[in-house]
Amino acid sequence: MSVLKTSGLTKKFGDFAALDGVDIEVAEGEVYGFIGPNGAGKSTAIRVLLGILKASSGKAEIFGMDAWKESVNIHKRVAYVPGDVNLWPNLTGGEVIDLFMKLNGNGDKGRRDELTRRFDLDPTKKCRTYSKGNRQKVALVAAFSSNADLYILDEPTSGLDPLMERIFQECVMEAKAQGKSILLSSHILSEVEKLCDKVAIIRQGKIIETGSLQDLRHLTGTVMLVETQRPMPLLHEVKGVRGIEEQGDALSFQVDAEELDRVIRYVSEFGIVRMESAPPTLEELFMRHYEESSEVDRKGEEAVHRG
Amino acid sequence: MANHLFDGTGELIRLIVRRDRIRIAAWLLGFALMTLATAAAFTDLYQNAAERQALAETMKNPAMTAMVGPGFGLANYTNGAMMAHQMLLMTAVVVGLMSVLLVTRNTRAEEEDGRTEMIRSLPVGRLSGLQSTLWVMLAVNVLLTLIIGFGLYALGIEGMDLEGSLLYGAALGSTGLVFAAITAVFAQLSQSSRGTLGWSVAVLLLAYLIRGIGDVGNEVLSWFSPLGWAVRSEVYVNNYWWPVLLTIGVALAISGLALYLNSIRDLGSGFFPARTGRIHASSAMLSPFGLAFRLQRTGIIAWAIGMFVLGASYGSVLGDLEAFFADVDLMQELLVVQEGFTLVEQFLPILMSVLAIIAAIPSLLAFLKLKSEEKNGRIEHLLGRAVSRTRLMGSYLVLAFLISIVMTSMAGLGMGIVGNSLMDETLPLSTFYYAAIVYLPAIWAMIGLSALLMGWFKSLTGFVWLYLAFSFVVVYMGSLFQFPEWVVKISPFGHIPGWPIESMDFGTAAMLTGIAVLLAIAGVIGYNKRDIGL
Repeated sequence: MSVLKTSGLTKKFGDFAALDGVDIEVAEGEVYGFIGPNGAGKSTAIRVLLGILKASSGKAEIFGMDAWKESVNIHKRVAYVPGDVNLWPNLTGGEVIDLFMKLNGNGDKGRRDELTRRFDLDPTKKCRTYSKGNRQKVALVAAFSSNADLYILDEPTSGLDPLMERIFQECVMEAKAQGKSILLSSHILSEVEKLCDKVAIIRQGKIIETGSLQDLRHLTGTVMLVETQRPMPLLHEVKGVRGIEEQGDALSFQVDAEELDRVIRYVSEFGIVRMESAPPTLEELFMRHYEESSEVDRKGEEAVHRG
Repeated sequence: MANHLFDGTGELIRLIVRRDRIRIAAWLLGFALMTLATAAAFTDLYQNAAERQALAETMKNPAMTAMVGPGFGLANYTNGAMMAHQMLLMTAVVVGLMSVLLVTRNTRAEEEDGRTEMIRSLPVGRLSGLQSTLWVMLAVNVLLTLIIGFGLYALGIEGMDLEGSLLYGAALGSTGLVFAAITAVFAQLSQSSRGTLGWSVAVLLLAYLIRGIGDVGNEVLSWFSPLGWAVRSEVYVNNYWWPVLLTIGVALAISGLALYLNSIRDLGSGFFPARTGRIHASSAMLSPFGLAFRLQRTGIIAWAIGMFVLGASYGSVLGDLEAFFADVDLMQELLVVQEGFTLVEQFLPILMSVLAIIAAIPSLLAFLKLKSEEKNGRIEHLLGRAVSRTRLMGSYLVLAFLISIVMTSMAGLGMGIVGNSLMDETLPLSTFYYAAIVYLPAIWAMIGLSALLMGWFKSLTGFVWLYLAFSFVVVYMGSLFQFPEWVVKISPFGHIPGWPIESMDFGTAAMLTGIAVLLAIAGVIGYNKRDIGL
């Protein structure tokens, strides 16, 4: 059953379409990664989902309820961490956490104290003295102390140090183990890779790829590193081989999944000394999409200039 | 071993001057303009000894003494005596404030932001930072003394000679120095710039208060306040220089203390223990309304006290109203004399209309906090949780509504209590109170209008301040400028009857209240429909 679903979601600011027909769907118990460069529309999508912005067209539903009309009922079961946490300078971190938990209506005080300790946050300090990372911790402690069914996290680790990032990841894992759903927007791909079951890549307001990490990798194929006794002069002509690079005595390249068998047969003819294979990292995947679409843009622009 | 505690002071002085040149120039220019313009205006307003003497009579009451200090030379109220009596203390308070702000900015604030650490890593003495700030403050206050002193003398007003004028400037400058030194000490004691500012301003206000109590009651008390010394130089009357010398001596001693404290502490630390805040929120703030109040609590309390003091200061003139009226032609034009009412009763509506318009300011500020919260990206914390927009805006509306009642009440009671204590023929306190609260529906209409703007035209909320300023002009100055009736009626304040001279008009009050409610509802509807954004 889907906990969160958008279809054809569009948000325009004047003529500019910040979101252009976005479809995403988060199933129950799923960690859903929402990745894309800055300004791609991640935060806009999340703010529409929270009923803070009103969609221009399309549908956004959480728990089967309309995100705009039923926002208050939805929010009773949602915990949200914004990307840029602005707090009240004259309140202490502890006061803000209590306020947030109370407004969510279902906090766990034991959990709050435990998380405050784990995140190493001093709740007696006024928010004006907090660094960005500490403000983020306030929002994270409040979010993970509330007993939500859906966590919406907008670049939640952008100010945290690696140690705290790890604690954040533990929190996400714990929530997932309890069957909670999580929408995690990020541009830190290693984080998404570690945590997410599914990802959607957004660029310029459009979803350009979506699916499980496995699906996406299948699309891209495998990264191979091969060292042979004899050189392979015609490797670049073999179907399904891309991105050949020399690495010392070896060659590294990507192989499309459906051509894997043929490529291995070809390579084995040259006497394999060493062979490593790995699934592509999300980063490679992301960069490939990004570069491809920029190329399309460039070609489009050239066409315009020529015309 | 050579002592390098003060190395690099010259460079740091140049740095401070470079950073604050505009700021310092603006302060000095402000003081010069304010002082000279007031001196010129006073001589214009009270053109002869008889008129000045009439003013002096109205000054002979404890409320005025508490406010502006003891009157020296009231028996022979020359231009100079009048200027020193009316302006010196108030200006000295503001000079003190300037010193507090400039010193805090260049000492603890620098340290808190980590810039002092960078400076200290250079071949610069441990005390150079504080010392350079004190040198700059000395220069600023000497400049202030000279500008004000020679400026006042240059006006060529009768009764304001060179010595008196220079003493006037020196009284201000020495007060500035003493508060610069006091702030320098708090910059060592407190660990934050807010703490430094808070403590220093508290001492400044305390100095004003102690002097007020001392001037009215036991004069010994006034000697514990630097502001008490400043006025006791009896500028333009007896021209005593020794209070100025006393002030400078004390300033030097306190500066020495600040330097000593600075030399024995670590960078970034203070002597007051850092106050830890609450670990948990009190249950009173755990709602949108509670939060809205908690965020503005200090401001609301300050405004409430301010409204009471303002009402009281208006009340303090009521006792001398008749004497006052006989002499000021302007005021007679403002007021159409009516039979069957005392002068005070006739004067009430115009005073109350001004107080009510001022009382609208904190009410509107409290409501429009909702806008700055949105702009600062804090509203989404609430709307992202189980808080509806109706509840959120409703909380701010209720807060503004309650504040309007508190503020008008404080103003009315302040005027009534102090006025009655000074008048021969007292009025019931309720008369004052009702005269104040009849204006409430007009304030509510203003709040309703700002709700409408917040809901539908977020960027135009500033309009409500223009509208309030317009209301002030047409209502207060209305009879003077002879505005046509319909112009006055554009303002909601123009619809309120001048109770007690005019009879109460409940229909109009109900209509204004109804309009306020409708505007607020429309605003909430708009707020429910629009995007929330930065």
